[in-house]
Amino acid sequence: MRLYAVFIYIFLYAPIALIAFFSFNAGRYAMDWQGFSLDWYGKAFTNPIIIKALVTSLIIAGCTSIIATTVGTLCALGLERMRGSLRQLFDALIYIAIMVPGVVIGISTLIAFVTVFDAVNPALEAIGMARLQMGLWTVIAAHVLFNLAVVVLIIRTRLAGMDRSLVEASEDLYATPFATFRQVVLPALMPSILAGLLLSFTFSFEDFIIAFFVAGPNTTLPIYVFSSIRRGVTPEINAIGTTVLLTSLALLVLAQFLLRPSAKAR
Amino acid sequence: MTQTIVPDISFRAVSKRYGEVLAVDRVDLDLPKGSFVSLLGPSGCGKTTCLRMMAGFEQPSEGEVFIRGDNVTGVPAYKRPVNMVFQHYALFPHLNVADNVSYGLRQRSPKPPRETVAKAVDEALAMVRLQGYGQRRTWELSGGQQQRVALARALINRPAVLLLDEPLAALDRKLRHDMQIELQNLQRNVGITFLLVTHDQEEALSMSDRVCIMKDGRLVQTGTPRELYDEPVNGYVADFVGKSNFFAGIAGNARSGLIDVALADGMKATGRASRSTVSPQSGEAVLVSVRPEQIRLAAAATDLPNQVAFRAEAKVLNRIFLGEQTEYLVAHEKLGEFMVRSPRQGNQALAFEIGDKVAVGWPPDAALILAKD
Repeated sequence: MRLYAVFIYIFLYAPIALIAFFSFNAGRYAMDWQGFSLDWYGKAFTNPIIIKALVTSLIIAGCTSIIATTVGTLCALGLERMRGSLRQLFDALIYIAIMVPGVVIGISTLIAFVTVFDAVNPALEAIGMARLQMGLWTVIAAHVLFNLAVVVLIIRTRLAGMDRSLVEASEDLYATPFATFRQVVLPALMPSILAGLLLSFTFSFEDFIIAFFVAGPNTTLPIYVFSSIRRGVTPEINAIGTTVLLTSLALLVLAQFLLRPSAKAR
Repeated sequence: MTQTIVPDISFRAVSKRYGEVLAVDRVDLDLPKGSFVSLLGPSGCGKTTCLRMMAGFEQPSEGEVFIRGDNVTGVPAYKRPVNMVFQHYALFPHLNVADNVSYGLRQRSPKPPRETVAKAVDEALAMVRLQGYGQRRTWELSGGQQQRVALARALINRPAVLLLDEPLAALDRKLRHDMQIELQNLQRNVGITFLLVTHDQEEALSMSDRVCIMKDGRLVQTGTPRELYDEPVNGYVADFVGKSNFFAGIAGNARSGLIDVALADGMKATGRASRSTVSPQSGEAVLVSVRPEQIRLAAAATDLPNQVAFRAEAKVLNRIFLGEQTEYLVAHEKLGEFMVRSPRQGNQALAFEIGDKVAVGWPPDAALILAKD
């Protein structure tokens, strides 16, 4: 490996390694090594505010991944049957949803929600129903928006690599279109569906930018971390960061494993 | 093939269009019960499209398809009592061998009892000599074994017709030959009608009772392998089924079953018309087709047998020793180059050397006077 490559890797990963390293610090201050301890992990996971933020994030990521994977899979199956320019249009729209920066998604969904709330709320109040407001569901909706596109891309890749003759063989052996879907297409897609589920869970769980715009009064884990940094970085934050990092890495590795080429050959 | 027996599959004026392209052009076809029929033709001739219309993966643009007398035009694949062996087998990778083989049975409603299915799977695997392979994964098997699983998976359903889409193309030469024999035996044992699609004329001729030759979406000729070889309807069939030499000429008068043909430069030849088609009219442009093994070679014209009518002088350009036979490429001044196959005579394996002057000739009934196509 070239020397400059070594420097690039140090530049990229040293800060992350430091966070993980100092999360085991016994001392009070983030950058002052006092000896090994797991105290900060204990403190972080007994802190009720952190637990609440963690639960919020898990609910959002859980709902987002399930909705995005279900709708995304159906969407990919539908697009596969489409032909011509309409399909190209939807392909382009899906790529756009991935390329648009999080800030833009955050602002635009915020504006959209506010506009809709302003339009709908007077009517809801008039008939005595609760006002619409920002909450977990607005974060979930915004997260589904871009994770849907990720799932569609993953499933489409798999569908494109799938042997069409398997579907024909199933139909030739008297399976109705639905039976073929259940017995042949779904098992073939399953690794990709699981990978999509894991990836969208990870993306949703660690998202700060979009949640910051549309979370309303709720605090997700990334939002909590961001706000506590203003009070100074403590090893508690390091412990949370390291936990999130390792969990995300584990899920990504699992997703990568499910999407490995040999799984496609099967 | 009498009128009283309903064919297993019939095409009535079936055409298939893909946009501007006419892939299949008004094909009429009957597959007699219990027969082994081949659809033979070069790639792009429409044979695979015909197969897919039988299976129900494609629907004809015009015409009708019948299975055992029932009009199935427009009926989807999963409602048709035919099964297919795919070119690359299309075994389900997430199922083991037994679950692949029982797939068709398990789609029935009500589902047959587990023991019935297991027994049928054992029988089907025994039929293709794969006893005890039920729990194997399909990708652990060799190409020939996968092929046999695909056969068992189709035959377990007792289809009206078994459709085979170039089933031997992916196998190596030795295995292909074994599978040819195995397929023939299987077909005789189960008595199910087999339809084989292939571009390999040797495969079609050696395995099937009847061969349908296709070209550009049309059915050119249907017949037994012998009929196609001995009585082709035109030059295309004669060329596609076995080797032949062709000499262009103009048909002359017919007399007592033989036709005179004026060849290039005032040469004349005599031959007979094919029994599969009408005799060419006088003045029509025709091909004189002579099989390489029908041409006689001799050191001098006087050495040629008496019944040989056409006689000419030629020069040996090349020769290939084939064991029982020797194949010569000879050149005639005016007729150009042509192929001769001579049987081995006694111990004299190679009668002529490259560069030798030889006399060539053939009996009149060995030459077929054919329309070009």
